[in-house]
Amino acid sequence: MSAQTAEAPAIAAPSTALAGIPQHPAMEFYGDFVANPGAVIGVLVIFALLILAATADLIAPYSPVLTSDTGFLLPPFWQTGGSLAHPLGTDPIGRDLLSRLIYGTRLSLLIGAAVVTLSVLFGTTLGLIAGFFRGVVEISIMRLMDIILTLPSLLLAIVIVAILGPGVMNALLAVAIVQLPFYVRIVRAAVIAETAKDYVTAAKVSGAGSLRLMVKEVLPNCAAPLIVQASLGISTAILDAAALGFLGLGAQPPTPEWGTMLADAREFILRAWWVVTFPGVMILITVLAFNLFGDGLRDALDPKLKR
Amino acid sequence: MAALEIENLSVLFPSSGGPLRPVDGVSLSLEQGEILGIVGESGSGKSLAMLALMGLVPYPGEVSAGRLRFDGHDLLAVSEAQRRSLTGKDMAMIFQEPATSLNPCFTVGFQIIETLRVHEKMDGKQARRRAIELLEQVGIPAPESRLSAYPHQLSGGMNQRVMIAIAIACNPKLLIADEPTTALDVTIQAQILNLLLTLQRERGMALIIITHNMGVVAEIAQRVVVMYSGQIMEERATADLFNAPQHPYTEALLAARPESRIGERLATIPGAVPSLYARPRGCLFSPRCQYATPLTVDTRPELRPWKGGAVRCHYPLGDLTREARIRADRQSDRETVA
Repeated sequence: MSAQTAEAPAIAAPSTALAGIPQHPAMEFYGDFVANPGAVIGVLVIFALLILAATADLIAPYSPVLTSDTGFLLPPFWQTGGSLAHPLGTDPIGRDLLSRLIYGTRLSLLIGAAVVTLSVLFGTTLGLIAGFFRGVVEISIMRLMDIILTLPSLLLAIVIVAILGPGVMNALLAVAIVQLPFYVRIVRAAVIAETAKDYVTAAKVSGAGSLRLMVKEVLPNCAAPLIVQASLGISTAILDAAALGFLGLGAQPPTPEWGTMLADAREFILRAWWVVTFPGVMILITVLAFNLFGDGLRDALDPKLKR
Repeated sequence: MAALEIENLSVLFPSSGGPLRPVDGVSLSLEQGEILGIVGESGSGKSLAMLALMGLVPYPGEVSAGRLRFDGHDLLAVSEAQRRSLTGKDMAMIFQEPATSLNPCFTVGFQIIETLRVHEKMDGKQARRRAIELLEQVGIPAPESRLSAYPHQLSGGMNQRVMIAIAIACNPKLLIADEPTTALDVTIQAQILNLLLTLQRERGMALIIITHNMGVVAEIAQRVVVMYSGQIMEERATADLFNAPQHPYTEALLAARPESRIGERLATIPGAVPSLYARPRGCLFSPRCQYATPLTVDTRPELRPWKGGAVRCHYPLGDLTREARIRADRQSDRETVA
């Protein structure tokens, strides 16, 4: 395979007669994706956030949880009273805001990734089963998902956390359950559309069993909508987890979680704008980056949206 | 011994008004190395009958048959696993729409090699070599580089050749071709048919070709089965069927060929195939038949041996007494009404 990809451009480049040779799908996808500036910006921001999260221990000037008595509610450095020692100021109990934001990136990205992994895993499995084994199995799975969908997502998450008890892990689980129906529906719809095609019948004729049909034949063909939903789902997960944190049901203090930070600083909103603004801006940037990325993926993966 | 024996095969779909029968009492037998054509309009149950044979009737359909034997195996008695190993290897099928009958996510080579590895237990290298051989046999130029092509990068004809390569990969004893040329250009159609014929001759496999193109049947089939509304209407050697059709439906089908009416208005068969929900009580073709009489409307004819084939009609066309009988039946009806 590697030998072929290496020699393919060598043939295609000099000869215009061979211009009709189709690009490798990965190259085609790359081209479509890069053509969308929003998506590229999204990816760059996501990369920056990933680096921030990975190197938090190295670049954060202070510990995110240790208070210091150098000053409470110090403003950012460009305001009078601020200093470069705490570039974005400090919070009501003297913790460095910048350090907390940097460590918060780690938590938020982790929550986003974990939630999406969980809901994609279970959502795909349930969706595949529902799409493949029609009848009672399908009805019971889909009606259960409908029930989950009837409840406002945040309310349901609150109920689940209330049952399980507050904490990052439980918040994560709650958000994953709330997101589950979307993946189940997408996969089921894709599976139903795909199983009607002849290649599935052809695979059955060649003697493929149900498991093989589901996982090897049909699932790869459902990947495009799933990938798009998953990338958009990360932003929803981050947002929902932040909301739970804000309500005091997600990460517990002193964990530097953006939503929790917002909640802690609520009472100082008039006196110290920076303690609420910066966590909010971080949430905004992250969610926007993932949304742009997701939209870019959809445009590149969905042939109907191609120009 | 016949390679394939189907006796009284029906496919039933449950419905509120009793079971529907898109395939109704089909019986066929096929010798090794024989080419059988199945013709009929869309919805006449041709494809479904073959899917039923393969055990692939979609949910909630049910298959009932008096006998279903293939190459010495009783398909009604074999386990699901046995049936699967049988259908992949000894019975193969190619489909109408080459664009969708290959998995768009994998390269052509991967799909051929996968079949070989599973059914022939070949290792990677062997399978690759064999795949190249197969692609060569089905007339694909530069087979080695085509192995890494995706189906969407190939034309319809090329995809159909790949499909055929996969189907013949395990030397099947029976190949079912479900409208293999319908979606292809006319120029490619002839190539694909020739390819199928050559392969069939070389390997001595039995071939069932399902089509609604009378020309295709005339060109390659040795024997023809005409299906209508899930039932076999007529079965006969190809030449006899074309020279002297015995069933009014066959006659109408042949008359409806564009090439039989050069310079005139095209002939059609008035009406439409009866709905599954509203099957006529008598002969299924009676609402559209120009020879219909009270007898055909009331009683459904049986498929019976007739002039070297079989026909399902009260008044087969070759019957010398038919005109007199039709007249008598219509007359007696008028008298009872009066």
